[in-house]
Amino acid sequence: MPERKEDGLLDKGLEGLSHNFVTGTLEELVKWARARSVMPATFGLACCAIEMMATGGAHYDLARYGMETFRASPRQADLMIVAGRVSQKMAPVLRQIHDQMMEPKWVISMGVCASSGGMFNNYAIVQGVDQVVPVDVYAPGCPPGPQTLMHAILTLHAKIRSGELTQRREVRGGGAEIQISQVDGQTDTGAVRLLKPTTKD
Amino acid sequence: MSDETGVQDAETEDAAPEPEPVAEKHGVPVTDSLGQEVLHPSREQYRDLVETLRGEGYLVCIDLTAVDYLAHPHRSVVPGVVPERFELVVSFLSHEHKARTRLRVQVPADDPTVPCIVDLHPGADALEREVFDMFGIVFEGHPDLTRILMPEDWDGHPLRKDYGVGAIPVQFKGAGSEERS
Amino acid sequence: MSDTEAEFADLIAQTSEESQGLSRGSGTDRLREMGAVLRLSEADAAALEGEAGDPDQTMIINMGPQHPSTHGVLRLMLELQGETVLRTKPIIGYLHAGMEKTGETLTYLQGATNVTRMDYASPLFNELAFALAVEQLLGVEVPVRATWIRMLMTEMNRIASHLLFLATNGMDLGAVSMMLFGWREREEVLRFFESVTGLRMNHNYIRPGGVAADLPDGWEEDVLALMDLIPPRLEEYDTLMTGQPIWRERLQGVGVITADEAIALGATGPILRSTGYAWDLRRDMPYLAYDELDFDVVVGSYGDAFDRYAIRLNEVRESMRLVRQIVEGMPSGDYRVQDKKVTPPPRARIDESMEALIHHFKLFTEGFQVPPGETYAAVESPRGELGCYIVSDGGAKPYRLRVRGPSFVNLQTLPHMMRGGLMADAVAVISSVDPIMGEVDR
Repeated sequence: MPERKEDGLLDKGLEGLSHNFVTGTLEELVKWARARSVMPATFGLACCAIEMMATGGAHYDLARYGMETFRASPRQADLMIVAGRVSQKMAPVLRQIHDQMMEPKWVISMGVCASSGGMFNNYAIVQGVDQVVPVDVYAPGCPPGPQTLMHAILTLHAKIRSGELTQRREVRGGGAEIQISQVDGQTDTGAVRLLKPTTKD
Repeated sequence: MSDETGVQDAETEDAAPEPEPVAEKHGVPVTDSLGQEVLHPSREQYRDLVETLRGEGYLVCIDLTAVDYLAHPHRSVVPGVVPERFELVVSFLSHEHKARTRLRVQVPADDPTVPCIVDLHPGADALEREVFDMFGIVFEGHPDLTRILMPEDWDGHPLRKDYGVGAIPVQFKGAGSEERS
Repeated sequence: MSDTEAEFADLIAQTSEESQGLSRGSGTDRLREMGAVLRLSEADAAALEGEAGDPDQTMIINMGPQHPSTHGVLRLMLELQGETVLRTKPIIGYLHAGMEKTGETLTYLQGATNVTRMDYASPLFNELAFALAVEQLLGVEVPVRATWIRMLMTEMNRIASHLLFLATNGMDLGAVSMMLFGWREREEVLRFFESVTGLRMNHNYIRPGGVAADLPDGWEEDVLALMDLIPPRLEEYDTLMTGQPIWRERLQGVGVITADEAIALGATGPILRSTGYAWDLRRDMPYLAYDELDFDVVVGSYGDAFDRYAIRLNEVRESMRLVRQIVEGMPSGDYRVQDKKVTPPPRARIDESMEALIHHFKLFTEGFQVPPGETYAAVESPRGELGCYIVSDGGAKPYRLRVRGPSFVNLQTLPHMMRGGLMADAVAVISSVDPIMGEVDR
């Protein structure tokens, strides 16, 4: 039987490859593919789920990233967007669903309740889903609007693409824990404008 | 201004306390709380009163909840009613009279049992389970008195006043990452 | 067999089986378990299906809590006999957030931020019920303009909530494009809310004493533009769904409930009205200024899922009718009660007056005191009667905050609606009840 190398492909995945220009290109290709083929799993719990559905709607359109079909089966999904408050009763379910997802998998903690317990600092709510699953991006807001959720998703894509995500995970020993800021309704960034509704839309 | 509001009694205690005659309806004391009718049956009178009200047209049990008066500083006292730690508050609605009425049943802390009204009002099923879960009040005769909001093996009754609200360490310990950078 | 052949045969046997650790026993010995195979002829199996009520033939299947069609974290234990649902137990509590306990630690000014997150599809109704209860305890009279602004906002919220229902109902039954259409209209309403309250959801706008801010300039044009935008889109939904044979087949006769059952179970809202029983708090026990407005109460006839869908679709039309009347009849005046002990002063006055500064400080740190008492206030939310029962001990925080969520009580109708139906209809039934788990679990 061949000896298994400790730093080989089987143990450390892509990062275990010895780097030369062939494997470097391969790695870039894989990161490019991973960043562009993220499939989210349905894990909408509360108010944030409504905004997550709005992000998938026609106005904000998550379909431009190929992510509008939320996979009901966790086996088919790469990304779990924990949208809403996680109660004590739901925490084991969350863990079970996360465990069923195949590597590589990512977690976005959407909203303040998922990130830290939010306004519910009490007996009933898990104070941050990072106590249960490793989180890669924290999206603040109560609820974060579709623009913030998009920002979180695009940040995740960018970090997957650049490889920073896996580096952060190694450093932190869990999730990448990237924090973003809320970008809803701001008019001064120039990226978002409040439009008055017109019948011509 | 009705003196039977029951909310001003704390102030009139300093004056010469005279037992004011409280109106009765269906044999139980009735008071007026900000324009809403409140009946005060005892635990023994509770079920019969619910049946009587059903006969009068109060067909809908709109809400069934409880209050823990452990930490209440100005407990209002209705003459003829012995205040206990828990109060079961049951609201009824009559479609034909377009009227509401409310029952406040005193439930002692050492014997927190109350008759169940699920056979009269099936809609009280989940509401009674919630009161059991949150306060620990046992409903005699309930078909399935188990916790409904908390996990079934949870300890304690969260809405009691001696149960803290504060952040409790996460119950589910399946998480790995203890070291945070 | 010669010796060499026997040896050869042995050698083969050794290398092929022993080296791989396989047993050398006979056929059935090699299997781990004989019981895994179901030995039943097709004829026998068909004969079994015909027997009703045989307890050995039922199975209990768990649906949820993570499921694309359970409208949030609802878990159902279904007892099935083949495809037929016999008994159901809804298991809730997966979204319990201790909101009633948290409400006891927040002042009355903060209370709206807490209750608004209970029914998160129609947050303004929660705030309204809470505010009405607190105002009853306080004994303050809310100015007329504030009342009418509240009516405008809650009716628009009813439209948004029913659009959400139409979208999710369509998606659950397979009309996925309905999901996109419903959210398209909802975005317009949410845009209006953002211009008035600053937030798309969970607005914290209706507060005890009035509303948080006045309507912005040009709100009439915005609202009327919306009222012109929506009716043709509702016609589109009628084309896509109401008259369509597939839709009718899937919803008519599914999830039937009678008026007696609904009343006995405490169901309110579209579920009760679908049975033909016309009870709407806005008409029968009016609050705010609904007695001055003209609208119809939509009822169904058969108590099935189709009726509930049609009721909600037409309630959007009724709400639009109400909104037009409100736009025409909006009075001028204050948008919140001018009682200094309850309402924070305008921000500009804080620079000028010491008293205003002190009031502002006290109101936002300590909160205003509410006289002791207990009261119950109810509103007609898109899901039914939403009630708020508050016990006050004279302090700045409620002693007991209880919110009667309509979906909590309405969920009790699920087992009765699903009994005898097929498993595939379970999704249609849940969708027609339109539960919001935030107010179920609180």
